[in-house]
Formats: sequence, C-alpha cells, structure tokens
Amino acid sequence: CTAMQGLQNSDRLLIKGAKIVNDDQSFCADIYMEDGVIKQIGENLIVPGGVKTIDAHGRMLMPGGIDVHTRFQMPDRGMTSADDFYQGTRAALAGGTTMIIDHVVPEPGVSLMSAFDQWREWADSKSCCDYSLHVDITEWHKGIQEEMETLVKDHGVNSFLVYLAYKDVFQLTDSQVYEVFGVIRDLGAIAQVHAENGDIVAEEQRRILEQGITGPEGHVLSRPEEVEAEAVNRSVTVANQTNCPLYITKVMSKSAADVIAQARKKGTVVYGEPITASLGTDGSHYWSKNWAKAAAYVTSPPLSPDPTTPDYLNSLLSCGDLQVTGSAHCPFNTSQRAVGKDDFSLIPEGVNGTEERMSLIWDKCVVTGKMDENQFVAVTSTNAAKIFNLYPRKGRISVGSDADLVLWDPDITKIISAKSHNSTVEYNIFEGTEVRGGPLVVISQGKIVLEDGNLHTTEGSGRYVARKPFPDYVYKRIKARSRLAELRGVPRGLYDGPVCEVSVTPKTMTPASSAKTSPAKQPSQPVRNLHQSGFSLSGAQIDDNVPRRNTQRIVAPPGGRANITSLG
Amino acid sequence: MKYCLTLDRLLIKGGRIVNDDQSFCADIYMEDGLIKQIGDNLIVPGGVKTIEANGKMVIPGGIDIHTHFQMPYRGTTTVDDFTQGSKAALAGGTTMIVDHVIPEPGSSLIEAYDQWRQWADEKACCDYSLHVDVTHWNDSVKQEVNTLIKDKGVNSFQVYMAYKDYYQMSNSELYEIFTFLAENGGIAQVHAENGEIIAEEQARMLQMGITGPEGHVLSRPEELEAEAVFRAITIASQTNCPLYVTRVMSKSAADIISQARKKGNVVFGEPITASLGTDGTHYWSKNWAKAASFVTSPPLSPDPTTPDYLNTLLASGDLNVTGSAHCTFSVAQKAIGKDDFTQIPEGVNGVEERMALIWDKAVVRTGKMDENMFVAVTSTNAAKILNLYPRKGRIAVGSDADLVIWDSDSVHTITAKTHNSAAEYNVFEGMELRGAPLVVICQGKIVLEDGTMHATSGVGRFIPCSPFPDFAYKRVKARKQLAVLRAVPRGMYDGPVSEFSPMSRGGTPSASARTSPTKQPVRNLHQSGFSLAGPPTPDDIPIRPAGRRIVVPPGGRSNITSLS
Repeated sequence: CTAMQGLQNSDRLLIKGAKIVNDDQSFCADIYMEDGVIKQIGENLIVPGGVKTIDAHGRMLMPGGIDVHTRFQMPDRGMTSADDFYQGTRAALAGGTTMIIDHVVPEPGVSLMSAFDQWREWADSKSCCDYSLHVDITEWHKGIQEEMETLVKDHGVNSFLVYLAYKDVFQLTDSQVYEVFGVIRDLGAIAQVHAENGDIVAEEQRRILEQGITGPEGHVLSRPEEVEAEAVNRSVTVANQTNCPLYITKVMSKSAADVIAQARKKGTVVYGEPITASLGTDGSHYWSKNWAKAAAYVTSPPLSPDPTTPDYLNSLLSCGDLQVTGSAHCPFNTSQRAVGKDDFSLIPEGVNGTEERMSLIWDKCVVTGKMDENQFVAVTSTNAAKIFNLYPRKGRISVGSDADLVLWDPDITKIISAKSHNSTVEYNIFEGTEVRGGPLVVISQGKIVLEDGNLHTTEGSGRYVARKPFPDYVYKRIKARSRLAELRGVPRGLYDGPVCEVSVTPKTMTPASSAKTSPAKQPSQPVRNLHQSGFSLSGAQIDDNVPRRNTQRIVAPPGGRANITSLG
Repeated sequence: MKYCLTLDRLLIKGGRIVNDDQSFCADIYMEDGLIKQIGDNLIVPGGVKTIEANGKMVIPGGIDIHTHFQMPYRGTTTVDDFTQGSKAALAGGTTMIVDHVIPEPGSSLIEAYDQWRQWADEKACCDYSLHVDVTHWNDSVKQEVNTLIKDKGVNSFQVYMAYKDYYQMSNSELYEIFTFLAENGGIAQVHAENGEIIAEEQARMLQMGITGPEGHVLSRPEELEAEAVFRAITIASQTNCPLYVTRVMSKSAADIISQARKKGNVVFGEPITASLGTDGTHYWSKNWAKAASFVTSPPLSPDPTTPDYLNTLLASGDLNVTGSAHCTFSVAQKAIGKDDFTQIPEGVNGVEERMALIWDKAVVRTGKMDENMFVAVTSTNAAKILNLYPRKGRIAVGSDADLVIWDSDSVHTITAKTHNSAAEYNVFEGMELRGAPLVVICQGKIVLEDGTMHATSGVGRFIPCSPFPDFAYKRVKARKQLAVLRAVPRGMYDGPVSEFSPMSRGGTPSASARTSPTKQPVRNLHQSGFSLAGPPTPDDIPIRPAGRRIVVPPGGRSNITSLS
C-alpha cells in the first residue's frame, strides 16, 4: 500500500517529540501508530513516507482516559437520560476520555441478556469511542446466575453492580448480596456496589416529605452520608466473608471514603471510585433558590453538603486510598427533572461529568501538587484498565496497545459552562469553575478526533471491548487467599452422654434460610479472611483436660511501661 | 425491743468508702434497707450489729445488667433459676440483676413481662429490674412498649439483628423502633450480629461437614458483629436514639463503638464476664461438652488478645458497663446440638465471677483502672443508664443499703466444683483470681459473711426504671432542639414537565405500610461544622471564584522550606 501513501490520513500517524507519560514513568520519544494500534515507540523511527505527523513540542502524551462509569441514554420511567451514546461519547472525547464503560440496567423482570443486547445495539450504532459494559443485578434468582455465567464466558463482561439502595426496586438483601458475591468470585468478576442503606433512605424520605420538605434539599437530607458509609461498611463485610473483590461506585462522602481506606489497610480487596462531581463540587447547591439548578445536582449518593469533601477525596485519590475515577454521567434536562417538582424523591437522578473529568482532576490534584502526572494517568486510565482486565491494551502507551492517546496541555485554562459543553442539558454542575489543563489533541483508535478545538467524531465507530474474567490485578490475591483458608472440623469422639428432650419448634437460627439453593457450587473452596489475624482458626487444643490459666501472666499496663522507670 | 434487732440495723465501722468519683474513710449506718448516716462518730441505736471493716473497701453492690435466669428454651429452661442465679450473683458481690424478658415472637410483651415478674418475685434473692426484648414489631407491640415504659417500670428494650426468620428485625423496623424509643425516653439495646450472613455461613459450614462447636464461631466471625454494631449506630444516629450494644465480644466491635463515641454518638457498650475473661480457642476443644459450654452469641473471639483489649477499653471509658449474660445450660441440654452446632443452646456463666474477674484483670494485676473506675463499670454506670442512680450504684445517705466489703487480696480458683451455678462446666475453670467479696449486704441485710450465704428466695424486689435517664437523654434532648429542618422557600416551578410512566422507581417513600412514628426532625448536627439548614450562597454568582485558590498540598508544607 505504499503506492497509496499520499492518501493516508488518520490510519497512520506519527507523533514526534512527545513526553510519553505512563503510570510508572515519563520519557521522551516518538510514537508511530497504524490501524489503531501503537506500532513503534522510540527515536528516529522508520515510518512510511507521507504519514501524517504531529509535532508535540515536548508536551505530554498520555493514555486516553477511561471513564469507568457512564449511564448514557439510560431509561428511567419512560424517559431517557439526555445524552445518548453519540452525545455522551463526543463529550467524553472532547475531555480526553477515549473509552467509556456504561452500565446496563435491566428492569427487574427483564433478562440480563436482552438488556445487554439492547445496550450493545444502542452503543454500537452511536458510540464514537470504544466502550465496554458493566451489568447491574437488579433482582436475584437462579436464572440470573446462569445469565451472569453466559455474560462472563461468552460476552466479555467481568463486572456486575448490585444496589443496596432503591428499596423495593433494585435493592438486594444482605443474603442475596452474599450469594451474588459468591457467584461473582467463582466467575472471576468484580462486584460493584451502589452503597446506600435503602431501608433507612426510604424511612427518611417519608419523614422529610411529611415535614413538607419537597424540594431538592430533601434529596440530600434524606440520604445523609452516614447511610452511605454504613452500606460501604456492610458490603466490605460481605465481600470479606465471600472473598470477593469489591468495587464501590460513586464515592461521594468523606466517611464512605474513610471506610474504604480503613478496609484496605486491613487487607480487604476493595476499590473506590469517586466521580467528577464528588471531586469537583459539593451539595450546598441543593439549597439553591433556583429549583432547576438545585435539581441538576440530584444524584445518589448525593453530593455532600460538607464543602471540604472534594479536597478530601482528591487527597485520598492522590495517596492511593481511592484508585479510579468515573463520571457517573447521567444528566437529565430540566423538564425531565421537573417530574419531581413537587416531590424530590421523583426527580430523575444523575449529573454530568464525562467531559470535565480529566481537566478537573488535573486542576484539583496535579496543579495543586497532590499528585504527579504519572499518578494522574493511573487514576484516570491505567487503574481502570487493570481492574477491568483491559491492561495493557488500554491504559498504557506501549507497542501493541490501542492507539488511544491524548496530547495534554497542562497550562490551558477554561471556564466550564453549559453554554459551551458538549452535553445537551441546560445546566452544568461545574458552571463557572475555572480549570487548568486540557486535551490539545485526542486520538481514538489511531484517528485524530480532537484537534484545534474541533471534534471529528464518527457515530458508530466505537467498538465493544470484551473483558476477560480473573484480572490479575485483583485476583492474584483472591486466589492465594482461597487456597489458604481451608477449614477443618475438630475430630472428636461421638458425644454419648444424656441428651435433653426438646419440643420440635425450631430455635433461633434457620441454617437453610434461603429457599434457593446456594449458588456457591464449590463448597470445597472455603474462604476466610485469615490475613487479618495472626492466629490459626483450625488449631486444635492439646491441653483441653488441663485447667487453663492457673499461672499468672505478666501483663503490660495500658500505655506501656515507659513511665515506670521515671516513677521508680 | 432493740435486742431483737438483728439485720435491719447495721453499722459498718472503719471502712474505706469507694464510689465512682472518690474514696474516703467513714462509718456507715443503715436501717430498713437504706443508708441513713455516713460519717465519723455516728450516733446510732444501742445494740446494733456492727461490722468492723478494718480499713477494707466498702463499695456499692454490683449491678449485673444482663442476665437470663430461668430462661425458657424449646420446652426446657436454663439450669439457673432466679434463686440459683441471684444466689450466685450475691456470692460474687452483685446485689442487683437486670434480666431480659423474651416474648415469643407473636406473643404479648406484657404477658411475657408479667410471667417474668412472677418468676422473679417468687424466687429472686436480690433486687432486680427487667429489660424487655422486642422480638416482633407492629402497632400493638408499639402500644405495649408504651405501656411498659409508662406503667411497668421498663426503660430498656432489646432488638435482635441476628436470628434470621425468628427474632431478627429489618433495618426499617429498627428505624421505627428506635424512633419510638427516642420519643418515649427508652434505651435501645441491640444484639448486634448480621443474621443474614450468619445463616449463609451456617449453611456453608454444615455443607462442609463441620458440625461441632467450632462451627459456631466459624459461622459467626467477628466482622459480622462489627458490621451490625456499625449499622445499629448509623440507625441510632439517624433517629437520635440512645444506643446500648449488649455483649461486646470482639475487638472490632469494641473499636466501632469507641470510634462512634469519638464522633459524638450516644452509645454504650457492654462487654460481659466471658469476653473479658476468656476466649474462643476452647471451641476447638476435643471434649465436646467443654467446647459446647462456651457456645454463646456473639461467640467468644478466637483471638486470645481480645480479653485484654476489652479490659483496656473498659478502663479507658470507651466501654461503659459490664454484665454477665449469664444463661447456663446443662451438658444434656447443650447436647441437643451434638450433631449440629446450630442447635446448641446458647449461653455461658459469669454472674458470680464478674466482679472478681474485672478486679483481677483490670485493677490488681494490670493497673488499668483504679477502684473508683471499678465501681463505675461494675455498678454506677449501669445505675445511671437505667435511671436508678443514686438509689443504686452509690454509697450515699438515702441510697439502698446494697454494699460489698471488698477484700482486694484474697485469692481463689474458679471451678465448677465450688461455683453456685447448677451448670457442670464453668467457662473460667481453673482461673486464679485475686479479689473477692468479704461481706455482702443486700437490702440492709448481711447475705454473705465468713464465706457463708444467707440468701432468702423471694425477698428481691422489682425496681422500676423510669424513662429519659439523664445520663443518656440530656444530650439527646439538646440535639433534638438543635436539628430543625427547613425547606428552601422557592417560587413554584412552572416550566415544562416531561411525560413519564408513573411506575415506581428509585426510593419508594412510603415503603412501610405503617405510619411513621416520627414527629421531631433529628439530625446529627454535632458531627459537622456546617449547617444543613443554612441558606446557601446566592445563585447568580458563579459558584467558584474564577481566581486560583491556594491549596495546601497533602502532607502540609513542612518540607517546602527544606527544599528551597
């Protein structure tokens, strides 16, 4: 095809003089890509003549962003969220994000497969960038388990989200969550959780409405951050019991983030996803006198009214306690929000953020010195690719990786406004925020989609990217723990003493509580969180006939012995 | 007639009186079961019986805030009835117990209460009060709770987060119960374990062929206790209800309580004799009967450092009050579960050992707490929480004459051979403890002297507990006044409204068919520095100032100077 080289446009591309930024290091090199894949990295590359060349002038070239959480054209009670896959992915690309992972939300009663097919169809026809899909588990029975297996084995899904909120609609019980986590672990997938205590939220919603509070402030008043932290804590507990990797979507508050950070310090395999909104703004706007503006901030868990929250979450993102960022982009326009004009609990939920995510994190974290450019790449792209098993095809600049790249300008400043954003909604929750840092050139599938401020996207060019189960980044540890935690019964002689007669009424616990058979098919794989304790749970006592503790132990007083000497 | 007087008038001379706030030397004169005078050179009637304390400590009699005497269980009854149980209590220096009334789910709370009153009135050898467990929830239960608070002298109610499909309450029910108790001045007690996960884990253990007592603790890991404590605290905080966590058995559960207290939650934690004195390694004993005797819920932690840790938190005030959860079964009764650990009746001994054990572990051998703190955690704090203070829990003029002369140095070894319980096993078997009661005085009468018990069945009185104990409710009331929610005054939205199908989505505001009992808005405002009801910034100004903010980098600026 060398004869055709004069016609080459975007399929072959050379970027010269870039500072390549991965999550582990930055270095200067040229980069050549062809057919959507990075072919060469280095200096003095031998490339076909006439190839389109971009001179980076030493600017940073980084892996395109991965927005791990979007909800484009999401159905809600007969309405659809305002940005469809075309408008949504255009906004993503405009902000430097070259891949999105959307959530399939099956209505309870609808099969996972048909919902998945529906989302594929929507995205394949409209998406302008590569995409993948999480599937939400909105009800639980045996059939769902089989569909999950099919989705993992044949359709490239490795993450499922369960809801601890939305009582009587999406919410699962603790037992169901336990069973779902067991299935997810056996399949090698990631358990995602929408963490809010739906029972308490329902009670609080009723109480707030009874008091005559019907506006958007009722949304946040009925969903205090404690209720989010509680649900995070509970899902961490269930994940530990089932030895299942956990991923908390939409970390919105300091207390929820703290619970995640503490659990990680205790060894739990858990990841936290703050979103553009929680990193960039706060919940004081729910008290806005402008109803439409206040309603534009409605999302769940809500933005925290504590104005120090964004800074705190950005700090945890920088130190690694939170790992990955999405946008949960799911905006509705004002007339859609107005469905809840007399009752905040009916306001459709979701905020914008897919376009603003990268710039906002750069501005809040890198410009302030909380993180460096490599950590920036980690939290906007690489970690997501690792958790969801897309690495190193996505999330890294290396030979063989997809040519999804962003040439980043760290100094460009802009003021975010609904007037200029790519979303179709009337309000932007970051309105008026000035951010420093933004994409200069965006390359998706080896083609330039943003240059000189102009978008050149192609509707339907986005490919579905299948994801394999058992991502190493997550499952190496899970597998090791599964092997370690073998439980054994104590070998004892049969008890042959007297046995009291009892009435047949069942006592306290009912071990076979769930009528469904437990889907944990491998009872030989007992799991226990042994790494947290220094003692063995299976050790037999040799000294059982010897009275214990008949000698005095020497016990250090609390606070240690430090001041004994000074007293003596 | 004065020579006929024996035990109704009593003088203790030369004792060192120990209350929770101070210790001082004085004589004590009591009459008709009350302390009448405290001081030196008291003027008392002639011929009164006098005890020479010889400088030994005189402390308020212990209050065991958690017992299950004579508890019905599937047609049988725990082996220690109110006589046996209260005798064991007195033998250990405890002069009041608070027992749990457990109504069968579906049955009347008042009837169960009356039944317990009858049992205890007949048999108790010391004063007692009652907690009532709420094992199901509906409007008629609510009425009964109201009656119990207003007319029956009960101010504390326990709910269960475990025992799925039996006692267990849903989160919504907990919310409603807590709301109701907060309005009526009750204390919400919780048995904190996640019953849903336990049921799953039990099924898994049995499937794996683990049927012995070790399965009990393996299916109830301490994380499930900590999780439930966390959840209960969240709900109590939402409803502004004082919370009391019974049976704190693990380090992680205790940590959650102490963290919550640091955040301002009104929550009290009750470790029990067993969790303060022994651990869960015995579940792996080769002797089935011995292993089964340790079965209680939440289980004893297999982590052997747990007792020491809980004693430390008790000493530091992070945990406040101690009970025994004394609930003993014979080996034959435990053997109901010989082939299936989930069928083993649950409960351990501890009412007799509680005081000596805490003295030994926390005072004499470690110096973790002083004698005043010892009085606080064994007696005074319980009296305050139950609104019995200063009638109980303090040595003061007018208080009940429930006293213990404490011998801080006597040493004895615990064994089932000599204990006052009827059970064959003692979970503290072989432990050598320093500290014991020398004389126990209950209702102004000597019930233990020279190692001999003089207890009388049926003399124990029911002590009614009134609602709104200051110790818990002063703070709760203040917060209630603070947390008034206001709606934002806005004009009507009059723009276009999308068509939508009215199928229910998201949160269903009227999830529970019952009406919410809430009237007062409550919010945990003390935790945050910003006002939830406050007016926000004006709307037409851009939210964020366009200028750059100066942000301190994480870790502070300390090494900037060293770099420059």
